[in-house]
Amino acid sequence: MSTIDTASTPSPVLDVKGLSVTLRTPRGTVRAVNNVSFQAQAGKTLALLGESGCGKSMTAKAIAGLLDPVAEVEEGQMILDGQDLATMTARQRRKVAGPQLGIVFQDALTALNPVYKVGTQLGEAFRIHQKLSARQARSKAVELMQRVGIPEPESRVDAYPHQFSGGMRQRILIAMAVALNPSLLIADEPTTALDVTIQAQIMALLRSLREENNLAVVLITHDLAVVAEEADTVAVMYAGNVVETGTVAEVFANPRHPYTRGLLESVPVDAVRGSTLSSIPGNPPELHNVPSGCVYQSRCPLVQEVCRITRPELLPVRPASATAAPGVHHPGTVAQAAACHFSEELAHV
Amino acid sequence: MSETLVGAVRDQQSPLLEVRDVTKTFHVAKSPSGNNRLRALDGISLTLGRGETLGLVGESGCGKSTLARTLMMLERPDAGTVLFDGTDPFAMHGKELLAWRRRVQMVFQDPFASLNARMTAGEIISEPWRAHRDMYRSSKDREARVHELLHLVGMRPSDARKSPQEFSGGQRQRIGIARALALDPDVIILDEPVSALDLSVQAQVLNLLNELQERLGVSYIFISHDLSVVRFVADRVAVMYLGRIIETGTAEEVFDSPRHPYAAALTSASPRLDRSTAGRDKIILRDEIPSPLDPPSGCRFRTRCWQAQDICAEQAPPADQAPGSPLHLSECHFPLDTIRVRSGELTPTP
Ligand SMILES: Nc1ncnc2c1ncn2[C@@H]1O[C@H](COP(=O)(O)OP(=O)(O)OP(=O)(O)O)[C@@H](O)[C@H]1O
Ligand SMILES: Nc1ncnc2c1ncn2[C@@H]1O[C@H](COP(=O)(O)OP(=O)(O)O)[C@@H](O)[C@H]1O
Ligand code: SF4
Ligand code: SF4
Ligand SMILES: [Mg+2]
Ligand SMILES: [Mg+2]
Repeated sequence: MSTIDTASTPSPVLDVKGLSVTLRTPRGTVRAVNNVSFQAQAGKTLALLGESGCGKSMTAKAIAGLLDPVAEVEEGQMILDGQDLATMTARQRRKVAGPQLGIVFQDALTALNPVYKVGTQLGEAFRIHQKLSARQARSKAVELMQRVGIPEPESRVDAYPHQFSGGMRQRILIAMAVALNPSLLIADEPTTALDVTIQAQIMALLRSLREENNLAVVLITHDLAVVAEEADTVAVMYAGNVVETGTVAEVFANPRHPYTRGLLESVPVDAVRGSTLSSIPGNPPELHNVPSGCVYQSRCPLVQEVCRITRPELLPVRPASATAAPGVHHPGTVAQAAACHFSEELAHV
Repeated sequence: MSETLVGAVRDQQSPLLEVRDVTKTFHVAKSPSGNNRLRALDGISLTLGRGETLGLVGESGCGKSTLARTLMMLERPDAGTVLFDGTDPFAMHGKELLAWRRRVQMVFQDPFASLNARMTAGEIISEPWRAHRDMYRSSKDREARVHELLHLVGMRPSDARKSPQEFSGGQRQRIGIARALALDPDVIILDEPVSALDLSVQAQVLNLLNELQERLGVSYIFISHDLSVVRFVADRVAVMYLGRIIETGTAEEVFDSPRHPYAAALTSASPRLDRSTAGRDKIILRDEIPSPLDPPSGCRFRTRCWQAQDICAEQAPPADQAPGSPLHLSECHFPLDTIRVRSGELTPTP
């Protein structure tokens, strides 16, 4: 099911191949993430886009080794800097977390420990991984706070998380994630809880960190506009599956999966006031009710008999401009792929 | 007109709702500077016509919910007037007051978050009638009306017997809207009504709101942080900052040609689908919103404004009409006139 021509792309920082995650629930074991593949390149941002519950955070947690006890990686590879995280022991993974991989969650208040000073929490990485003294770690913490734009770091290094605003707490979390200069940063809805002008500050900070450190960024979001502004490539998820992937420019200009198309049409961009927005009927399937065949069949306007029987694979699509051959693309780019039996038809809609 | 920025007076003779110079202060724990009076609303004026939608935008803590609660008569202003159909509801008592309260209803982000999980959808929708017993006297009438309301919001009569957990977010919001409609209000205040919903479902609910307005002629005050949503639903927009409306006008006037630097920054910072330039043309403001306990002197935006001058610290800026658009008002000593945010010419940039 390889959809991405790895031969012609620079070797990715993160290569996720066929990742499946199962979840034990009171109603039985279900698959929350199903056969998911994508790559993140150095200095680029990959967006994982999808609606609530589609498996974005689960995918992130699987990569970071932070899955809840009820969840388990069932299958697949997660190759970070050439090493497969899936085959590592818990001890090996703890060594990777920090120096190679940083993660930022949406809710900065719960992610920080309320009883420790932020300086102590920021310095922890240096004490554990670099064996620095408390004093050295503290001055590293001040440096980090400076780097992420927290004013007066010398006086605020001894403050507690609740003494910071939401935006400042998010900066602190980002500082913790990049403290040891990892090659990969996973940011799970990093600005969802923040006001618009603060969101813009945080995204600008993430961009500059990415550029300065050649970071590969996996940005998890449900916001199409954030993807359009921030990401180079995108993987669109639906009910645990990647249903479309490619460069943001291509996917947004020529969506080749009906779900991607439906999402793009639901955004009230320049919609005339009082007009009717196009919307997707119904809701995503529940995890223990994902149909065999195509995961999107219950909401798809193009559904046919074959969709109910055979699950479409994520396959490269023929470019909308008929000049290039399918699957052939320039080095460093990602071919557009979609999991729909009728993705070719969509090229002409 | 008072000194404050007056919401558009429009051509209508008598707006449904008129708010003049309303101030609301809360007494809170002392701030480091020793102040304990938090002015959540500081001279708010606006109007709302029949069947009209006013979009209310601004950062958290700027006073949107306090304004909503004031219009619901849950907070009494310290100063200023609220006129509903020309009458001041705060001057009324008892039954009269109750009858007035019926006319303004509210829809929250998640209508079930605050409700008993053991109630059925039907009980949730009919709950407002417990305080307004005269509305539907027999249980048969009430049941029939619940079914009508469910139908109105695109749901089935059988849904009345289901409990909250059995509904998706979009369905819950439909029930929240049905509940708000139960008392036949003239105004519905929608506080972030779609921000908890997924995009595909958001569009369904926005369509429903537009359709209901057309059918029932109800007015909306629509609070949202999502400017593309506000643009889609609102006739007029008011931008709030630290307890004050700093700019108001049509959605096009405010979002396409903002005059106040904060309105410009907000518009520019909002993520947009048609901008693939990694946000390079955005106005990134410095700092964060100051504490409402110690608002800056003069212009309250001056601590974050890139064009602040001495006068901005000394004098509160007066209301200023945009050239050629008398209803497009802003409060800035140096209103922008060159800015065209959507066309990407951001002059000046900080
Ligand atoms: N600990 C858990 N126990 C049971 N179900 C879980 C657990 N964690 C996640 N799930 C379920 O797994 C699915 C995927 O969850 P995940 O958190 O990855 O979604 P998401 O795309 O991040 O959604 P959101 O945008 O709401 O955070 C959802 O159906 C969710 O309800
Ligand atoms: N009951 C209250 N007591 C004290 N302060 C309050 C109360 N309600 C609101 N505030 C304060 O008033 C300001 C405006 O609040 P609010 O209207 O809730 O803002 P928004 O809804 O825009 O987030 C905030 O600083 C808030 O903390
Ligand atoms: S495979 Fe069929 S149901 Fe699935 S997205 Fe394509 S057309 Fe729709
Ligand atoms: S009055 Fe001065 S500080 Fe306030 S917005 Fe205008 S220029 Fe900026
Ligand atoms: Mg999530
Ligand atoms: Mg609020």
